[in-house]
Formats: sequence, structure tokens, C-alpha cells
Amino acid sequence: MKVGIPKELTQDEFRVAATPKTVTRLIKQGFNVLIEKDAGKRSNYSDKEYTEAGAEIVNSANELYGSVKIILKVQAVTNDEIEFINADTVILSYLWPAQNPELLKKLADKKINAIAMDAIPRISRAQKMDVLSSMANIAGYRAVIEGANHFGRFLNGQITAAGKVDPAKILVIGAGVAGLASIGAANSLGAIVRAFDTRKEVAEQINSMGAEFLTVEIEEDGATDSGYSKVMSQAFIDAEMLLFKEQAKEVDIIITTAQIPGREAPKLILDYHVEAMKPGSVIIDLAASSGGNCTKTKPNEIYTTDNGVTIVGKLNQLPNQASQLYGNNLCHLLDDMGKADNFKIDMNDDVVKRAMVTYNGAVNWPPEPLPVSPTKPKVEKEVVQFDKEAQAKQKAKKKARSSTIGLGVVGLLIFGLGQVAPSDFLGHFTVFVLAVFVGWQIIWNVSHALHTPLMAVTNAISGIIIVGGLLQMQSDISNPMTILAFVAVLVAGINIVGGFFVTHRMLKMFRK
Amino acid sequence: MISTGIQTAAYLFASILFILSLGGLSSQESAKRGVLYGIVGMAIAILSTVLGAGVNGHSYIIIALAIASVIGLIVARKVEMTSMPQLVAILHSFVGLAAVLVGFGSYLDAHTQTLIGSEHTIHLVEVFIGVFIGAITFTGSIIAWGKLDGKITSRALAYKGRHAVNITLVVVSIVLGVRFAMAPETSGLIDLLIMTAIASFIGIMLVMAIGGADMPVVVSMLNSYSGWAAAAAGFMLGNDLLIVTGALVGSSGAILSIIMCEAMNRSFISVIFGGFGNASTGEAKEIEGEVTSANHVEVAEMLKEAQTVIIVPGYGMAVAKAQYPVFELVQKLKADGKTVRFGIHPVAGRLPGHMNVLLAEANVPYDIVLEMDEINDDLPKTDIVLVIGANDIVNPAALEDEGSPIYGMPVIEVWNAKKVIVMKRSMAAGYAGIENPLFYKDNTDMLYGDAKMSVDELNKAL
Repeated sequence: MKVGIPKELTQDEFRVAATPKTVTRLIKQGFNVLIEKDAGKRSNYSDKEYTEAGAEIVNSANELYGSVKIILKVQAVTNDEIEFINADTVILSYLWPAQNPELLKKLADKKINAIAMDAIPRISRAQKMDVLSSMANIAGYRAVIEGANHFGRFLNGQITAAGKVDPAKILVIGAGVAGLASIGAANSLGAIVRAFDTRKEVAEQINSMGAEFLTVEIEEDGATDSGYSKVMSQAFIDAEMLLFKEQAKEVDIIITTAQIPGREAPKLILDYHVEAMKPGSVIIDLAASSGGNCTKTKPNEIYTTDNGVTIVGKLNQLPNQASQLYGNNLCHLLDDMGKADNFKIDMNDDVVKRAMVTYNGAVNWPPEPLPVSPTKPKVEKEVVQFDKEAQAKQKAKKKARSSTIGLGVVGLLIFGLGQVAPSDFLGHFTVFVLAVFVGWQIIWNVSHALHTPLMAVTNAISGIIIVGGLLQMQSDISNPMTILAFVAVLVAGINIVGGFFVTHRMLKMFRK
Repeated sequence: MISTGIQTAAYLFASILFILSLGGLSSQESAKRGVLYGIVGMAIAILSTVLGAGVNGHSYIIIALAIASVIGLIVARKVEMTSMPQLVAILHSFVGLAAVLVGFGSYLDAHTQTLIGSEHTIHLVEVFIGVFIGAITFTGSIIAWGKLDGKITSRALAYKGRHAVNITLVVVSIVLGVRFAMAPETSGLIDLLIMTAIASFIGIMLVMAIGGADMPVVVSMLNSYSGWAAAAAGFMLGNDLLIVTGALVGSSGAILSIIMCEAMNRSFISVIFGGFGNASTGEAKEIEGEVTSANHVEVAEMLKEAQTVIIVPGYGMAVAKAQYPVFELVQKLKADGKTVRFGIHPVAGRLPGHMNVLLAEANVPYDIVLEMDEINDDLPKTDIVLVIGANDIVNPAALEDEGSPIYGMPVIEVWNAKKVIVMKRSMAAGYAGIENPLFYKDNTDMLYGDAKMSVDELNKAL
């Protein structure tokens, strides 16, 4: 089975869909690899390297399209290219299906089976093929490097013979893959990193990467089932803007990574934020291509504002590295689809059926939604709860009935007891029953962790039986009662002293 | 000498202090104050009793208390946190013994003979019941101590027809009780003695029939018994303080037993009469997969790469006294910026809350020690789970295999994590005596060896 990698036609696209390393992998999977001449040139892979890896160099794209069964690409094919592609060919590339309905239709009309790499569902199993993650990782890293490049100082703090250098402060907005990668990179360069995200669940991830999690004092969680955050309430946004204002005055570099697929990026850094920043500060806007998180961002441009803030709206993609990771993602997907020998489009597969946007002449978009957030889908929970509620209701009914009966029996017994027992006994009995109830109420409040101290302390307290021994003690040692009482006082005494002391010892150990 | 009125008031005050003492245990912060309340309450109770009317032989009291204090302090100071269950069990037996002695003393007391009619009968019944409960608590606790200490096999000793034997014995005791209550003067002493022997036997057999895994239930059950024994003594002496305290302790133990039983999804009755420890009901499912093992260096590598680690300790950690190296491990991992937490199953160990005490001993801050319910949801997001000397509490059969004897018991779902390392001495089954399919899962690796040595090795490799 032949796999072909054409040269990317888009002017700004420096990546290529296969590197010599991934070619080796593809060959191992059993594919014959054809690659267009100079396809890897712009990402620093020479034809020689490809040939050495086992690929066959083809002179033109047309020739390539005519003979292969699977095409690996980075950018979506253009209308011109489609003309040369045979029916039943499988194409793996970025497609942005939501924005490109006409392209999908054209592909379907030509019976081309297109897999949109950007539509790979973001579930655990598909992480290895998730190009959005692998590319975001690169962007996050690159953002820090770019920021450091335009920033005129060290990132890490130093105390040198020539004087003290303060560490740079970096604010990362949005803690998705790119944001976390930025935090990691900035942290390892020695900067003080803070990060903001509307999803409370990422606080832990942020901390784990070594940044401080900034949050606003409003209880609202932006997490959704899709894994992206939702649009927040006005009050929340106001508080957020205020927070950014405070931070803008203080930080040296702001990296924004907030993006919503298929929509314009939210505006988070407004004009007055930029104005508040110190001269020499840098803003890296990773959302520049979808409109930018900063109002002053100019896509594909790096410029300095009047107040001396450098705003970076374009980023070097690190084509060499990016091609490698992208190529790996593709390899993983082909691996999952059965390699060369058992290559099969399995529309029952969770990953394939969602990424396969055109299949057998039909457009297969949008796919059924798939929750990717690690939290369980809420709908399911409600159903279970409903079931549980009904069950609980039934149980409660049953319980109420049996407890009524139980109470009746107990009541009768107590009346019976009152008939025969002397009043003295009944007095004690009252105390006993009330004490049981008090104990019952108190003990349920004892925290799980303190069960062992509870046992030890109840042990000590049950040594109160010493009182019995004390009351029976006689002054005559020959009296058997005295001996009995002596032993009773002795053992109960051990219990009291030992029990309290050991409890004290245990509790001393508990610390926050 | 203080008046009866003041004595009663002192008893009331002591009762309040005891209630506050138990109430204080609702949180770690207030617990220390709670113990102080308990000590003050006890001091007030003893002093007001000794200073009250009708108490003789003060010199003997002082001698007995002095000896008791010395022994108590030595024992409590020396005991290792890992052998806490044994200490608790043996202390229970003391309460039982004291209850028996007080019962006999009360019977021999000349005052008893002055009672007439139903008052006399009720008093004798109180004595009888008090001694009965006391004797069961006494022998049962000694057996429990022996089992926990490894002096007696922890397997459940069950023979056919033991329920019938136990019931017969109880019936015989009741008959003896009736005879005893009707006997004039102290001629019923022989009945009381025979019953004491029978009750002691019942206590032994009751605990012998319970297997190792159910030990937390037994210990809390005996805790409850010791309370009821004190309450019964209170009835026979007409002493409200004893009744209140006994009732508090009794219900405390009962609640602990219920909590333990719920944690194991077993009914209280079946624990008491079950002989569960090595029984296996139904066909266990065939286990698929292969057991893979890793060495210390490999595990250390995995830990280095992990971001979130959860440690699930079990009895094995207590046995190996591995809590200190475990904390060292935690510190190392935390220093690398990893999130490390503990997941504690309610019945981990041999005593309710056993693991918490051990971890506290090793200075593990309690805010990273979480309960089963708190940790289960986080497991799918966890990179590595270290299971240290635990088995049944992480057994997936409890959820997956309806034929398993522990089916339905809530467990810590460690297999949902990306990787599970099980530290264990061998492939032997846990106390419940059943295979653990967890070991056969793809994402599980075994790390054989003594828990303490293993953790030490890991610390070195890190």
C-alpha cells in the first residue's frame, strides 16, 4: 500500500507531514512511501535523508497523487489539488471542517475519504494522535522563547557581583496544553509564573507545573463537557478584567492562549491593559490567527506600541520539531487503523468515525458530541440520582413503617417494665436510655481518621468501672470483697491511665 | 467527707465532661481538648467517690491506683503505634475483668441481703447480666489480643453446629440466672460461678470464629461490650455516672462496628456468626491476564515521571512499620513538585482509623490523607497508585465479580489510575482468602518484598 507526502503549497506553511524518522516508522508499518521532491526542505529535511530512510522521491505532486492510496498532508488540500486525487483515496490533514463546508462537499463529491486531524476527539485513547495538543505544546514553548527574545532582561533572578537581577514575571492566560507548556518552559527558565484560567479544575495542573494559580473571588466554574471553557457571566468577566489590570501593571510578559474552536478568540487583554503595562513588556498572543486575545494584536505581525509594549502576533512554528510530532501523530493514527496489511476504515471506532469527515461520498460532519472532560457526564449522574432517589423514597417508607412498629414494641416493653420495676430502677433506666441516645448522636460526628483515638479514649472512659471497685473496698484485707475490689481498682486503673495516655500520644502526632 | 448531694453533682459534672470529651473527637483540632476533658472528668469522678461516704480501705485504694498508674504509663509509653490494636484489645479485657469482679463483689456485699422483694430480684438480675457481659468481654478481648498479636492463628475457627452449642450455652445461662435470682442469701454463688465459666467460653468461641479481616469489627464490638458491662455495673450499684459512661462507650462501640460493617458491605450479624475469614461462597470468576512485576529501579523511574501519586496503605505497611520511609518517599516526591496523597479505606488495618494513626506518627500532614470516597473520583486522573501492603481493599472483584465473597464491598478503585504498583511480600491471598484480579491487570505491576525494604529501596533509587 502506497502512502504519499506532497509538498505543502501554502506560503506560510513550513511543516511537512512526514520526516525521515516517521518515514522509517511508516515503512515498518508496511507502507511504501512516496514523497514529493523538496517536500521537507522548508523544515530542514533533505531529500537525501528521506531516500536513506527508504522513501521514494517523486518529481511532481500530480504523479504522486495518481499512484498512492493514502495522502499525508499538513494543510487542507486546495481545489486545484483535489482535481488530481483519485476516488477512494484517504487523506490525512488539517481540514477545519466547521469552517470549510464547501471543501468537505467537494471532497465528498470526489469520493475522497478525508480525515481531519484537527477533529480527532480529545479522549485519552486518542491523545497520541491529537495534533492540536502536540502543536499547542510547541506553541506554548515557543511563546516563552519568543517572549524572552523580545524582552530586554533575564528571565531568572540572579545575585551577581555586578548587582542583583530581579526575575521576570510572566502571566499565562488559559491553561490548556499550550498554557501549561508555557508555564513549564517559563518556570524552567527561572521566571516567576502566574496563570489564570476560568476552569477551577486546572488549578492543580497549574500548580503542578510550578505556577501560581490566579483566580477571582467569584464562585463560577468555566469547565464544560467539551474540555473547553464556557462563556462566563458579566460579573465574572468584570472581576477578571480587574485582575488582569492589576497583573498588567506588574508582570513583564503576558502569554495568552485562550481559544475556542470555530469561533473568534475572546478579547481578554484590552487597550487599557496594554497601556497599563511597563515599557519593554511583551505580549505573546497565541490566538492571533483566530482574532487574538489582545485587542491590539495584529495577526502575523510583531510591533511595538506607543508605550513600548511589544505585541507578538506571529510565531515561528519550529517546523522541524513540529513536523516530527505531527508525523508521529499521523503514524499513530495509521497504526490504529490497522497499518498497511489490515488497513481498514472502521466507522464503529470512536476516533475514526469522528475524524472521518467525508466517507464514501457523504459528508460526515458534525459528529455526535463526545464529552472529554475527565468529569463524568452530568446527564448520567442525574439519571442515577433519580433512580437512587426513588429507591431512597421506598426505603424511607419501609423504614418509617418498621420504625413505627419498633417504637410500639419498645413502648409496650417500657410500660411492662414500669408495671413491675421499682421506681429507683426506672430512674436509672431513664438515665441509661438518654445516655445511649446522647452517645449515638455524638459518635456519628467523630471523624473517620480519629477512630483509633476514639477507641482508646472510650477505653479509658470505660475504666469508670473503677468507681464500682472503689465503693466496694473494705478496710479489712481478709475480706474476699476487698481482694475482689482491689483487683478491680487495679485493672480499671491501668485502663484509665493507659487509655488516656496513649490517646494523648496519638493525638499529639496529628498535625496539619 | 462530702455529702451525697455534692457527690451526685460531681458525677453529673463528670458525665458532662465525658460527653464533651467524645464530642471533641469530631475534629483533629478539638480532639486534644477532648482528652483533657476526659481526664478531668475521670479525676473528678474518682475523687468524689473516694471522698464520699461509705468508702473504706483508702490505703488499699491508693496502693492499687499507684500500681495501676505505673503499669498504665509504662504500657502506654512503650506501645508501638503499629501494635495499637493489641493494646486496645487488652485494655478491653481489663474492663471486662473489672466488671466481673465488681459483680461478684456486689453479690457478696452485705447490703445486697438487706434488699427485699422485686428490688432484690432486679439487683440479682443486674449482677448476673453484668457478670455475663463482663466475662464475654474479658475472654473475647484476650482472644482478640492473641489473634492481633499473632499468638493465635487469625484464621476463623469454625466447627459444625457451633451455633447450636452457643445457643444451648446461652439457654443454660438463662436457666442458671433464674435459679440464681431465686436463691436466698449467697447460696446462688455456685450458679454465678458456673455462668461465668460458660460466658467465658462463649467469649472465646465468639472471637475464635471470626477471621482476621473482620478484626476491626470485633475490636469495636468488644469496645461496645465493655461499655455495656460498665453500664450493667452502674445498674447493680445504682450509680448513674457508671450508667451514663457505660452507655456512651457502648453506643460508641456499636456505631464503630456499624461503620466497619458498612465499609465491608457485610451485615453485623454475619460478621458475628459468619466465620468469614476463610470462607468462600460461590464460584470465583476465572482471572484473565498475567502478573507482571517490576523492580525498584523501574518503579523509581515511573515515579520520577509521574505528576500525581496516590498511596494506598494497608495492614502490610503496619506490619513492616514502613510509615516513616513512606513519609520520606512522600517528601521526596513532593519536593519534585508532584502531588502526593493518601487514600485510606475505612477498614484498612486492624483497627478503625489504624492507618491514620500510623501516618500521623510519621508526621504525614492529615490534609493529604483522604478517605476512600474523596479519592475514588480522582483516581482516573492519577498517574501512579502505590498500593503498600493492602489487598482486599483494592480488589476489583468486589465490584466486578458477583461470585466473589466480597462482592459489593466498597473498595478503592486503584485500577482506574494509569499505573498501579502493588508492593507485596508474595502472591498470597489477603485476609479474605480470595484471589485479587487487580494483580493480573495490564496496568498493574507487582513489586515484591517487605514494604519497608521496598520503600527504602525506592527512596535510594530516587
